[in-house]
Order: sequence, then C-alpha cells, then structure tokens
Amino acid sequence: MSKAFSRGIKAAVAAVAITTQLTPPAAAFCGFYVAKADASLFNKASKVVLAWEDGKTAVTMASDYEGDPKEFAVVIPVPSFLERKDISVVAMKTVDHLDAYTAPRLVEYFDPDPCAEIRDGFLARLKAAPPSAPAAGAVQATRGVVVEATYAVGEYDIQILSASQSDGLVAYLTENGYRIPAGAEDVLESYIKQKTHFFIAKVNLGRMEEAGHRFLRPLQVRYESRKFMLPLRLGTVNAQGPQDLIVLGLTHQGRVETTNYRTVKLPTGMDVPLYVKDEFGRFYTAMFDRAAERQDRRAVFLEYAWDIGWCDPCAAEPLSNDELSALGAPWIGGGAKNRNGGGSDAFVTRLHVRYDAQHFPEDLAFMETRDRENFQGRYVLRHPYAGKTACRAADDYYDALPDRFAQEAETLADLTGWDEKAIKARMEASGQSFTSSAPEHSWIRRWFFNQDR
Amino acid sequence: MPAISWPKDGRYYQIAALGLLLGLNMTLIDLGAKPLPSLFAVAGALGTQAVCSRLWRLPTIDLRSPLITGLSLSLLLRADEPWLHAAAGCIAIASKFVLRIDGKHVWNPAGFALVALIFGTDDVWISPGQWGASLWFAALLGFLALLVLQRARRADIALFFLASYAALLFARAFWLGDPLAIPLHQLESGSLLLFAFFMISDPKTTPEARFPRFLFAFAVALLAHYLAFFMQMRPALYVALIALSPVNPILDRVFPSQRFQWSATPRQGASP
Repeated sequence: MSKAFSRGIKAAVAAVAITTQLTPPAAAFCGFYVAKADASLFNKASKVVLAWEDGKTAVTMASDYEGDPKEFAVVIPVPSFLERKDISVVAMKTVDHLDAYTAPRLVEYFDPDPCAEIRDGFLARLKAAPPSAPAAGAVQATRGVVVEATYAVGEYDIQILSASQSDGLVAYLTENGYRIPAGAEDVLESYIKQKTHFFIAKVNLGRMEEAGHRFLRPLQVRYESRKFMLPLRLGTVNAQGPQDLIVLGLTHQGRVETTNYRTVKLPTGMDVPLYVKDEFGRFYTAMFDRAAERQDRRAVFLEYAWDIGWCDPCAAEPLSNDELSALGAPWIGGGAKNRNGGGSDAFVTRLHVRYDAQHFPEDLAFMETRDRENFQGRYVLRHPYAGKTACRAADDYYDALPDRFAQEAETLADLTGWDEKAIKARMEASGQSFTSSAPEHSWIRRWFFNQDR
Repeated sequence: MPAISWPKDGRYYQIAALGLLLGLNMTLIDLGAKPLPSLFAVAGALGTQAVCSRLWRLPTIDLRSPLITGLSLSLLLRADEPWLHAAAGCIAIASKFVLRIDGKHVWNPAGFALVALIFGTDDVWISPGQWGASLWFAALLGFLALLVLQRARRADIALFFLASYAALLFARAFWLGDPLAIPLHQLESGSLLLFAFFMISDPKTTPEARFPRFLFAFAVALLAHYLAFFMQMRPALYVALIALSPVNPILDRVFPSQRFQWSATPRQGASP
C-alpha cells in the first residue's frame, strides 16, 4: 500500500499491528500450548469480525492505522442505509482476544520414560486437564451525492452517503479531505450501480483527546441484508503487493466458507523440530507463504473452526458472552442452548486470505454451513525422554529417534520450503541428533536381553 | 487382434467420469466429499431403485442411472449427518418413479433431492466455492464431460447453457463497468461446469427437440443469474433448474420429437 494511499483512504478493511502478550502455557489434553501465530505476524494484515445470523450482519473492522489520527479516513461500501444505532465502537482488546483465541498454535509433548511401562506396568499418560469452560440527517446533495446521515460515534465523525455517479462521489470525497487513489472510480461506480451505500469516517481529534483514547478503536456496523460478503476491491486499488486479511466469522449454526473461492484447510497436526519453538512466527509465515503458493494464491485458508464455548488446547481463554455480544453475536445472550456438550450457541471460523487484484478480482462472498466439525491450525513439538533409562525398550526407543527427527526435518522442509540440510544442522545444534543416543553400554544390555529371549 | 468395442450407452462414461472425480477428491484434491456419506448416497439410490423397480413391476433392475445419481449426490451434497445422504439418494430415485408426466420423470433426480433437502431441512448445504477456479480442473471436467455428452447426444444444451450464462455475466460486468477478470473468474468456477456437464444436460429431463432445449437452457441461465446476483442465493443453479423443469412436458408437446433412449436398442419397459 502506498504511503499516500494509506494516509488517505483506508478502504473497506485495514489492520492492526498488535502486541499481544503470550498467554502463560496451559496444560491441556492435547499437549501443552506454547505459542500462537496471531495476526500481528503479517505485515499489512487486517482483521475483520463478521458476525452473521440469517441475514443480520455485524462487521467489526480493526484498523492497522499507525499514522497521525487526523489523517485517518475510511470509505466502506455497505449494502443498506445505517442508522445511528447500527454503528458503534468496540474495544480493541475484544477483537484481539478473538484473534488470540483462534490463532494457529504450537503445542509440545514430553515423551514418557520408555521403561515406565515395564517398571510400572502401565503406560504413563499425559495429565489431562479439562477443556476450559465458557466464561460466564440532514440531506445535502452534491453532484448526485446525498449525505443521508451524519453521526458522531466515539472518536469518529461518520457520514452515510448514497450516490448516483462515481465522479460526483470522488469529487465529494476529495473535497472533504478523503484522498481517493487513481482507479478507485471504476470500483465505486460498480458499487453505486449495485445500490450500495457508503460509510465514510474520519477521526474527531477533540473527542478522541477528551475520551483519552490513544489508539483508534475498531468500528462496527450492523445491517440486515442477504449479501453475506466483504468488499475487497477498494482495498486492492493501488495496493502494492498482496495484503493479508483475517476474517473471524461468528455464526449460530456452523463453519463459514467462501462461495466464490476455494476454502482450504491449512496443513495441521504435524510434528516439527524442537527449535521451531523459538521461531514459531518465522515458521508460520513461511508455511503460510508456501501453502498460498501451492493453491496458486487463489484460495482462502481455514485456520480455525470451533464451538466458541471451549478450546483444546487454548491459545487464549474462550470469550465471555458479553464480549461475543459486543462483537455482534447478540443471540449468544438469550436462551443459549448447550451444544456439543458444554459448548455454546456460537461457532467461530478463522479464515486467512492473502489477496491482490490479480488473484482475487471479486469481493469475498460467504455462506454459513451446518458443519460444526472442529478444526485448528496446530503444530506439535515432541521432546524426547530426558531422564535416565535402564531397560531394553529404551534401546529401541533411542534407536527410533533419528528416524523420527529425520521425519520432522522432512516435514518442516516440505511445509516451509526451507533447505532440509540446514534444518538438520539446526536440529543437531539444538540437541536433536541423527545418530542413536542410546547409552554406550547398551550393547551389553542388548546382548543380555537377546540371550534372555 | 479384436477391436475394442466401446459401450454405446452414455451412462457408462458418466459413471466413469463421476467415479474419477470422486476418486480425485479422495486422493489428490479435497473437494469436500467424504467416503461414508458417499457410500450412503450410492446405497440409498441403488436400494430405492431396486425397491421401486419391484413395486412398479419392471422386468429388470437397471442400476446405471441410480449409480449416477448417487455419485452426483456424493460430489455435490454436504450434510452434517451421513444418513442425510442416504435420504437424498432415496428422495432422488423415488422422485423419478413418482413424479412423472407423459411417461417421463419431470426432475433430474439428484437436482430434485438437493433442492428438496436444502429447502426442506436445516441440515444440508452445497459448497459452490470448493470446486475452485483452476483452469486445469476446468479442462479436465470439460474433457470428461465431452466424452459423456457425445454419447448422450446432449452436448448442445450444456454448451448453450454455458454460452447463455457467460453472456449474462459479461453483460453484468459491462453494465457495472467491472474489469473482465471478474466474469472470467466467475466462469472458471468448477461448480458451474459440473452443473452444465452433469446436471442440466440430463437427456431424460430436458426437452427432446433442439430449439426448446435452447429455450430451456437460456431460461435456466437467466433465472440462476437473477437468484445468484439479485437474491444472493448460493444454490442458484440447482434451484433454477428444478423450478423450471415442469415446463419441459409443455415444451415437448409444443415441439414434439423422438423420445430419447440411453441405449440404441432399448429393452422393453426398462425405464425408468
């Protein structure tokens, strides 16, 4: 995105560089959660929460805007007129919470003592922790542009426009200090012909100072329309290179998917080398780059799909009903039935799309499916047993480790495109050796046990 | 060396094509079909055909058409419970036996079951995006389909439907001032091609004569376009086809033509 562009119009969706603190590691049935890959890893990543229930939509847009607030401006096509009660601001921490809760995660397991089965007569088990439970206007016409309403919402001054000609709209926006990039006029024209309204917002510095906010809070708009979609096209005009968008879908029935692009599950569940723990962010971005390339950069990736009442393992605690209501899922409050045993009435889908005009010419269109199957982007570290061993099973265990490590190296190379030799060198350096680490005296034991048999 | 004799009945090619797609789905590229629901859909369709053939006292139980229906449902229908696929297979085949005018069934069985379940229950959906828009897949579908349609002698309606649908997409883009990339992207949709080559081209549920076939194809394209873009309906293609199929018996009376048979020498009474 060019500087001029990013200072001027921030189209449709834009994003956030957040510094989210890592939640302390929590024990859970599926290993120990150690790191997450939230939206802050990706440059130019926008986050949008899209709550949908049978035509009622709430779109919450978290902006990545870091410049001078007085330069901030957004122009968002919306399918219908918005009243004052349809617009609000949401605390950034609520959006960040949903981002953290759904982020792809790294978990780690510790191998049990290979001799334990013999010694204790049963398999050592991972201690299972229960999954976390749910936390409780005036009309003014300018060359075909009609200012349908003007609102003051939090730190924002907002206007709802309708227009009959794109040149009039561009002129109006320019006169009012919105910098419109070349090429946007055609896109605006297309929206105008589809009877779209335009939601435009600027920051009111006085109110911002008065309220003591240092950062711009996410804006939320709510409307009723059969159009279950997100406008991308304005954001691709003049954009330099692809942009990342994280769509966090909140629905009543089940998973959200795109209807005009393929929705593809991100590779998940793989064992990766232990050193990935120190550079999970680098691993995740490399893996995403490669996954996107493999789908010819035309796919939308599913990173998380889960009943929002619980998680396992949890990258962050589930959201409270109040937080979900604030994000536009009001149905969560009343008469929440328990589904999926302890689950809630809301389902969250995290979609990650890397888009540019060439590969994503159309706006994203969505549908809600009835699929409530859980899915998460999850990568696994398996620590070899580090204690002392004294049994024959231990030799087999140590003999099998190099193959297991080699498999991890191969997996990592395949996922990220990194050089396998370099990966193996890093693994050796971090203590994952490719020669058997069975104790030196083991031949004696081996001989002894062989005699025994 | 004896010459290979290729079967004349187009249904064998259709079964092979759909089977190959299902195989690809299970191995190379995940289109969303799963083994157990697929099995249920095929079993439901074959079982219903067997039962209905007995009830209607048909001399033989022809399993080719219900196998095509079962495979189509496996590829297209998504549900949260596998038994819904079995139900879809039953509804599809039962509709073929029960809902008939002038000795011909009115609706494409798989299409009818899809629409009936989408509107009749809250538990099924179709995934139009999952077929992607990659050209190689489109090319493969086209190739498979041509094989089938050459045999079924109904390539014309598929091509005319695609032409009509494309014309409407380009007209819309022209009206909106959209770049050509948008209608081209919409046309590359695997789901559209699948519908054209394996659903609307069903010779048993389309007009017998060429001119009304063209009329029918255009009407389906027009209605689907309206439902998709103005009503935001996701299964627009299937709804349009099922909504308009009842006009076919009228078109057949106005434009009479020789009745289509799958085999060159049909067995007496072997239909439906």
